[in-house]
Amino acid sequence: MRKKNKNKNNKNLNASWLKPYSLLQNYPLYIRSIPAEQELKFHYTVHTSLDVVDEKVSAMGKALVDQRELYLGLLYPTEDYKVYGYVTNSKVKFVMVVDSSNTALRDNEIRSMFRKLHNSYTDVMCNPFYNPGDRIHSRAFDNMVTSMMVQVC
Amino acid sequence: MPAMADETLFQLLHTQVVAAAYGAGRGSGDEGLRAGLTVLEGMGFRVGQGLAERLPQGALAFREELDTIKFLCRDLWGAVFGKQTDNLRTNHQGTYILQDNNFPFLTQMAWGQQYLEEAPKFLAFTCGLLRGTLSSLGIESSVTASVTSLPA
Repeated sequence: MRKKNKNKNNKNLNASWLKPYSLLQNYPLYIRSIPAEQELKFHYTVHTSLDVVDEKVSAMGKALVDQRELYLGLLYPTEDYKVYGYVTNSKVKFVMVVDSSNTALRDNEIRSMFRKLHNSYTDVMCNPFYNPGDRIHSRAFDNMVTSMMVQVC
Repeated sequence: MPAMADETLFQLLHTQVVAAAYGAGRGSGDEGLRAGLTVLEGMGFRVGQGLAERLPQGALAFREELDTIKFLCRDLWGAVFGKQTDNLRTNHQGTYILQDNNFPFLTQMAWGQQYLEEAPKFLAFTCGLLRGTLSSLGIESSVTASVTSLPA
């Protein structure tokens, strides 16, 4: 089974980070952060949060409760930031890392951001010039992400 | 109203795609047949991958394989052909048989055995479509099709 991860946007007052992950090795399809210098730290965070995503996905499979949402919610909070996750039916994972001090972000805002991300990713997928599994270079995608990050920071 | 013409348009387009895959000097005989089938199947595969992202929008996560197959039979067939498959059978060990008694690409063909050998050309795209959708949803598969009689 191929696992795709897309990490997206970490919104931080200090930094935002976006990172899509993809395929068996769970490599990123798209990474974005504001500001751009702290990327490495976020790489690590997001990679470890993948384990939490996997946990939640397999728990969903066994749960008797009919809770099969795509939005995974808060994956785990650390002292500096919170991590949110979302997985699509095609096993593409979106991860968002947000600064903890940014308390203005409500749950339904995060959900709507993930929905926008999912819609834009679907558009990228339907682009005949895009090969599934490649890194994403779409300008429309970039613009959508930028507008989201600007809205938050 | 405009939605009613969709299926016809797609069927006409598909007929032309099949013709194009075999026209333009592709080798005749067995080699040529296989090359054309590969091209059509590949096209269907890529379309399937896109559809797998687009169609389940807003649907809940698929919990198990059967959910995914049911999605194929209902939503995918509905979106592409305007109807659902007539029958789904499984041996619970990974093999599924989707049966369609009125397959839209084949209903326009002449009755009888005459064109039975040509039928695979019109099924290749659909096989690729299913394989692409399944692959995007996490299931590696191999899809084959068979026709018992025309018009299907």
